[in-house]
Amino acid sequence: MSSLIEIKNLSKSYVRGKQSIEVLHELSLSIPKGDFVALMGPSGSGKTTLLNLIGGLDQPTRGEVSIDGKRIDQLSGNALAAWRARNVGFVFQFYNLMPELTAERNVELPLLLTGLSAANRGKRARIALEIVGLGDRGRHKPKELSGGQEQRVAIARALVADPTLLVCDEPTGDLDRKTADEILRLLQTLNTEQGKTIVMVTHDPKAAEYAKRILHLDKGQLVDDVSNKG
Amino acid sequence: MKYFRLVLAALFAKKIRTTLTLLSLVMAYLLFGLLQAVNVLFNSAGDSFSGATRIVTQSRVSFTQSLPLRMLPQIESVKGVQRVMYQQWFGAYYQEPRNQLVAFAVDPLRLKDVYPEWKMPDAQWQKFASTRTGIILGRQLADRFNFKVGQQLPMNSNIFPKNDGSKLWTFEVVGIYDGKDADAQRQTGVMYINFDYFDEARQFGKGGAGIYISKLAQADDAERVAREIDAMSINSPEETKSQSEKEFNLNFVRQIGDINLIVNAILGAVFFTILLLTGNTMAQAVRERIPQLAVLKTLGFTDSSVMWLILAETLLLIGIGAALGMALATVVGFGLAGFFQAAGSIVDARVWAYAAGSVLVLALVVGLPPAWRAKRLKIVDALAGR
Amino acid sequence: MLNQIISITAMNLRSLQSRLGLSLVIVIGIAGVVGVFTALLAMSQGFEATLKATGRDDRALVLRDGSSAELNSGIDQASVQAIKDTPGARPGKSGTPLASAELIVITEFASIARGGSFNVTLRGIEPAGLEMRPELKIIDGRLFKSGLQEVIVGKSALTSFEGVSMGSKLRFRGADWTVVGVFESGDVHESELLTDFATAQTAFGRLGASSVLVQLDRAEDINAFTATLKADPRLNVEVQAEKAYFSGQTEQFSNTIGALALVVSVIMGLGALFAALNTMFAAVAARTRQIATLRAIGFGGVPVAASVLIEAMVLALLGGALGATIAYLLFNNFSVSTLGQGFTQVVFNFRVSPGLVGTGLLISLLIGFVGGLLPAIRAARLPVTTALRAG
Repeated sequence: MSSLIEIKNLSKSYVRGKQSIEVLHELSLSIPKGDFVALMGPSGSGKTTLLNLIGGLDQPTRGEVSIDGKRIDQLSGNALAAWRARNVGFVFQFYNLMPELTAERNVELPLLLTGLSAANRGKRARIALEIVGLGDRGRHKPKELSGGQEQRVAIARALVADPTLLVCDEPTGDLDRKTADEILRLLQTLNTEQGKTIVMVTHDPKAAEYAKRILHLDKGQLVDDVSNKG
Repeated sequence: MKYFRLVLAALFAKKIRTTLTLLSLVMAYLLFGLLQAVNVLFNSAGDSFSGATRIVTQSRVSFTQSLPLRMLPQIESVKGVQRVMYQQWFGAYYQEPRNQLVAFAVDPLRLKDVYPEWKMPDAQWQKFASTRTGIILGRQLADRFNFKVGQQLPMNSNIFPKNDGSKLWTFEVVGIYDGKDADAQRQTGVMYINFDYFDEARQFGKGGAGIYISKLAQADDAERVAREIDAMSINSPEETKSQSEKEFNLNFVRQIGDINLIVNAILGAVFFTILLLTGNTMAQAVRERIPQLAVLKTLGFTDSSVMWLILAETLLLIGIGAALGMALATVVGFGLAGFFQAAGSIVDARVWAYAAGSVLVLALVVGLPPAWRAKRLKIVDALAGR
Repeated sequence: MLNQIISITAMNLRSLQSRLGLSLVIVIGIAGVVGVFTALLAMSQGFEATLKATGRDDRALVLRDGSSAELNSGIDQASVQAIKDTPGARPGKSGTPLASAELIVITEFASIARGGSFNVTLRGIEPAGLEMRPELKIIDGRLFKSGLQEVIVGKSALTSFEGVSMGSKLRFRGADWTVVGVFESGDVHESELLTDFATAQTAFGRLGASSVLVQLDRAEDINAFTATLKADPRLNVEVQAEKAYFSGQTEQFSNTIGALALVVSVIMGLGALFAALNTMFAAVAARTRQIATLRAIGFGGVPVAASVLIEAMVLALLGGALGATIAYLLFNNFSVSTLGQGFTQVVFNFRVSPGLVGTGLLISLLIGFVGGLLPAIRAARLPVTTALRAG
């Protein structure tokens, strides 16, 4: 399996007032295509920061981040945005849907950045909703959906531009056990059947069991890399 | 375009707030439309349709002091003067002293030459010249009171009684004149009677021609001709003051008051308040939508595009409010048309142009700060709730 | 109940700081309405005050019948004498009846403040006219001498028009006139120039008078006096109490300004109302959790609603006070002039009266009340449980 994500000597520091706080320290790792990785660690370990850097939401202080051969740490703001649109899908803990748009219109959002016609956009959005099992809910607004359904819509939105990489930040943090399992199973399916590479931050060990590989971080460094045999 | 739905959805996310802000905007622009219309009207009062092609010569003491008829040949002799007419204020009211109307006693054929803006069938001009008690009316005036050609028109003068002491004069309507274009049509609110009849039949003031109006042979000769006319009567008991017709009209309007100042002061107060209100609304809206804006950026929307979205939202908000307010103002403007002797609604294309300009400026001032904030928003900070 | 209201309101007002921007909207919005309203009506009241202060009930103004204004009126010499001979006038110091034939001439002057020239009234009066007007006092220079081309200028005219200061030369009809004095009278005549009647007649080529002012014994005598004049076949006149005449002249201007003030205030008031509603709804929404907590603790719905209403009205009142104060500071006693009924300028001062300020404050309270009512009701009706869970 070729490497999708290559990280070399990655460091990230934040400036808070007069202090410089180093969150990631000389991190190096490699994630092959089609992998499903869980990032775990105590609060302050830097897992969310690492996720943000992988997803192109932030720039590293030092080091390299290559996704599918492209050095995204060298991309500028607008170029990075364009790259994100085509290559990454995001799923957050709080679903961050636009409350005034229907599910279908929410899913369609990333496609507004492409040149697709309205008809094509609608078609793709509906397909994405089908994949997550909400084909009949397209016309509903977020407030008419349950928590689990909202998260599905968010996942559909993350899929609609057909990115290779899915980045998830505590996707089940706000859901009850049963719904959380459903969502995680969906993610698993996307990984095994659609070949999506998934990097997921979680503090829930049960959620981590759905992944193929678990990376542990502590104080900004990789301390463990475990293959999931489950 | 495709982003329209996004912008619209964002605007109406908080329905009550948006609606109330819109309503405030509607009120502000209703006021703007009406007040700016008044402003425009008073400013253009000086735009006498022919600009400086006519000179008004009045007594230096005041325009209410009538100049003698015997001055006519003198003025006609000035180089650059093509044709001269005179007009005496009649002090007209119709039926009740409250219904004051504008009427002048003139020489019909001279009027026709000096005011080519008035369009009337030749036959009617001839009838005017040959009928001693003839009177011609402007179209607007005729329409307002429903006067028709051929009817008798009793008119009172609050200055000039007839020889027999009666203040009631009776005239025959022999013609109705129109303006040569829309601008001129707006000014068709004046009545003209025959000077010869008037002078003979009035009890006092005989021989007083009123003010003289001279048509220039060349448009921009006004200053020189005015000076030459006045030079002829310096130090005499009938000193004259000549100026372009435009200046003369402007003077009149200026005397009513600094209308401009009052209107602009009110508009200033209104706009300052609206600025604050809309600014607050937009600032709040953006504050609340920070997570959403961050998400848009994660999806690949560039920093600039998010900024444009906010600006578009602001423009839409103000634009809709302004359009509704101006529409209302236009409707009310129709009602006020009669009072201002306007052809249509006093809220015309010129006022709309001003409104459009103000919308752009307002949208920029109100929208730029929150839009800039949206642009500079760091995804990771916003997502982390900082 | 009252305790609850007071404590909640106090809490709210203390937390106002965090909602400064929003609260400012109400204050400024209402300040705008009240400010504009006050300024416009101060203009109207000032104009009216000047005109209404003019004239007295026991002085009769005689004009030619149907002229309705001094400018339009013309009374020939014979009629003037007949009027003066009519019984009813109080005798003056010299024993002859106090009646002054007066001539109105319009003159043009440049404005000090604005561009262009203005029409100013030059009034020729007889000595009786001066004796009849004790309110008229020379405050600088001296009275004009009869027979000489001299004028005295009113205090207001002096400040508003150019070229009428003491000693200035004025040019009328080819001859020079001199300003020899300044007078005050506290009324519309202060916007005029005064000179000797006979001199004016000669200079302007007029044979009669514009009007005749007659001093009656008592105000009630006017009806009898009028009847006598009307019955005289030689005369064609109309008679009014001088005070009534000038008060009547305010009508057109007052109506216009009044209409303008009404329209502008109503529209701005509505705008301010919507702004107030906006602010208060937002305030309630922002404090949903707090309100619900208070309700859960045991505070009643009515005190909560009342506190919202009070907050709205307090902010509105602040706005009203601000607006009235600004209007007062900027405009009170500000001198302007406008076209009076006779095509001449009347100089007057803006008058921000206590009554006006009171009305302004009342308006702001009204807007605050209506603007706070709906949000207050909403606050009272908040379903406690959902509110506790919300933002």
